[in-house]
Amino acid sequence: MSIKAGLRGFEAVNEEIKQELLSKDKVVVEQVNGQRYLGCALDTGKTLEIHGTAGNDLACYLNGGRIIVHGNGQDALGNTMGGGEIIVHGHSGDALGYGMRDGQIYVRDNVCCRGGIHMKEFRAMKPVLVIGQNAGSFLGEYMSGGTIVLLGLNLKRGEKLFGTHCASGMHGGKIFVRGAFPKQNLSPNIKVVSLEEEDKKELEGYVKHYCKYFHEDYESIMNKPFKKLVPATSRPYANMYVAN
Amino acid sequence: MLKEGQIRIPSGCAIAGIIDRKGGLINGCEIIKSIALMHDRSNGLGGGFAAYGIYPEHKDEYAFHIFYDSAEAQKKCEEFLFKHFNVDEAERIPTKKIPAIKNGPDIWRYFARVNRVRMKNARLDESEYVMQCVTKVNDAFEGAYIFSSGKNMGCFKAVGYPEDVGEFYMLDKYDAYLWTAHGRFPTNTPGWWGGAHPFNVLDWSVVHNGEISSYDANRRYIEQFGYKCSMQTDTEVITYLFDHLIRHHGLPTNVAADVLTAPEWDEIDRMDAQKKEYFTNLRAIYSGALVNGPFSVILGSNKGLLAINDRLKLRSLTAATKGSRAYFASEESAIRVVCPDPEKVWSVSGADPVFVPLEINEKEDA
Repeated sequence: MSIKAGLRGFEAVNEEIKQELLSKDKVVVEQVNGQRYLGCALDTGKTLEIHGTAGNDLACYLNGGRIIVHGNGQDALGNTMGGGEIIVHGHSGDALGYGMRDGQIYVRDNVCCRGGIHMKEFRAMKPVLVIGQNAGSFLGEYMSGGTIVLLGLNLKRGEKLFGTHCASGMHGGKIFVRGAFPKQNLSPNIKVVSLEEEDKKELEGYVKHYCKYFHEDYESIMNKPFKKLVPATSRPYANMYVAN
Repeated sequence: MLKEGQIRIPSGCAIAGIIDRKGGLINGCEIIKSIALMHDRSNGLGGGFAAYGIYPEHKDEYAFHIFYDSAEAQKKCEEFLFKHFNVDEAERIPTKKIPAIKNGPDIWRYFARVNRVRMKNARLDESEYVMQCVTKVNDAFEGAYIFSSGKNMGCFKAVGYPEDVGEFYMLDKYDAYLWTAHGRFPTNTPGWWGGAHPFNVLDWSVVHNGEISSYDANRRYIEQFGYKCSMQTDTEVITYLFDHLIRHHGLPTNVAADVLTAPEWDEIDRMDAQKKEYFTNLRAIYSGALVNGPFSVILGSNKGLLAINDRLKLRSLTAATKGSRAYFASEESAIRVVCPDPEKVWSVSGADPVFVPLEINEKEDA
């Protein structure tokens, strides 16, 4: 049995999901029309499957649970998530993985603006964001940890891998980019380097997952070279206002 | 009516727009359905709609929609209107009593042509004459506020949630080729009937989510040309900027959009020679009309629908197309609820204004 969201308010739908999850490990919600906060703080061992357009703050504070979206996501998907996995069979709105602390997000298509803003890591907590197509402006803004993977699949002529101000204020973590990318859109504090052996191993794991979820060909993705974007300094704004 | 400005409450808002570029008619139910889906983005302190193509039987007359606080205000305003215009029809705008909308002003509508003798004596062209009359009423007539003054179009707004405002004005009785809608979450000011969006003057209507941080710079610029920013809200200034750039300076709509959202200098530095010259000129000539966000804005007019975002993309705005229709909304779900299978869906970026020109000929102002 599945829950029908329809045009109901987000409170009612979330309450029904919560009740279902008391006795079940997996809940399916259909006809979702932008209801907010779905799968918020979902615990380890629980799965939420969503059909339709998931509303803002989908899976915020995700606590180890699994979210599968058949459709598109909107803004602040995975906001401050602390663990678990989100798989989006579609695209995402602005501020994907906002302040993400751990867990993994896989988006089949593109993300709009500010993907991975404020991503961070701490000891064993290393968040990962994998994007199949491309990203809008301000990708990885103020990023201080974790990993973003940008695959650049199915780009049309003239479409760029990422928009302007990429990694503005980034001072930790790394972004793997596949194929050609618009260098002029990179913020000045960013270095482009080759992947180390360790990086390659890490990347392969993410790409394998992506291919499994979205039925893409692993070999053809890995055939194109990747580069790594990292901050040149951990304090990009150290001398912005006063020299110190 | 309490005006805004005495209080600062430091916006979330919802905006939506639908256009049929071939001029096909869209019932008011559709736009209500779209904006209603984003109910949670507003707080009941303002909702409104703009509709184009709704008065075909009066398409050569100005349709004035006016809020009156008192019979006295109406008397004074009508005296002015009847002197400066030839009014063909005057009536209360039909509304439905619903519990959600209360304490409203008296709402009237007039279909009128300009008084040509007065216009010629004033040595003004027609739209400038109308503009100045509207400014005069809104500025000098206490308790009267003209909130819609275009031809073959009209704004409908109130304090309330947008879906209630739509029901109140019975918008299911109107068919338009272009609709915009707004659900308000006033942050800097309290919220009154006139302060609801859309803001309108002549055929321009603006719905806006966000805040204009360049408001005072823009206000100083636009007030040099006779506009009066009397509403204490930032959306008003965007409406006047478009009116000035397009009507006075004759800029095409997409060029006016480039003025408001011109790129940063370091981006201009990297452009090819032709584009560099274009943007350098726009920024040099119209520096006072550059708007800083955060904002997402939909401009409706008899030329079509324009959607813009601030350069740093601090507000969400999704666009979609299907057949001859284009849809815009703060959230993708608000588009899909009225158009489940769009051909193309994308996020409007700060760098790329989206203009959907109307392909039928609406008669331009003389």
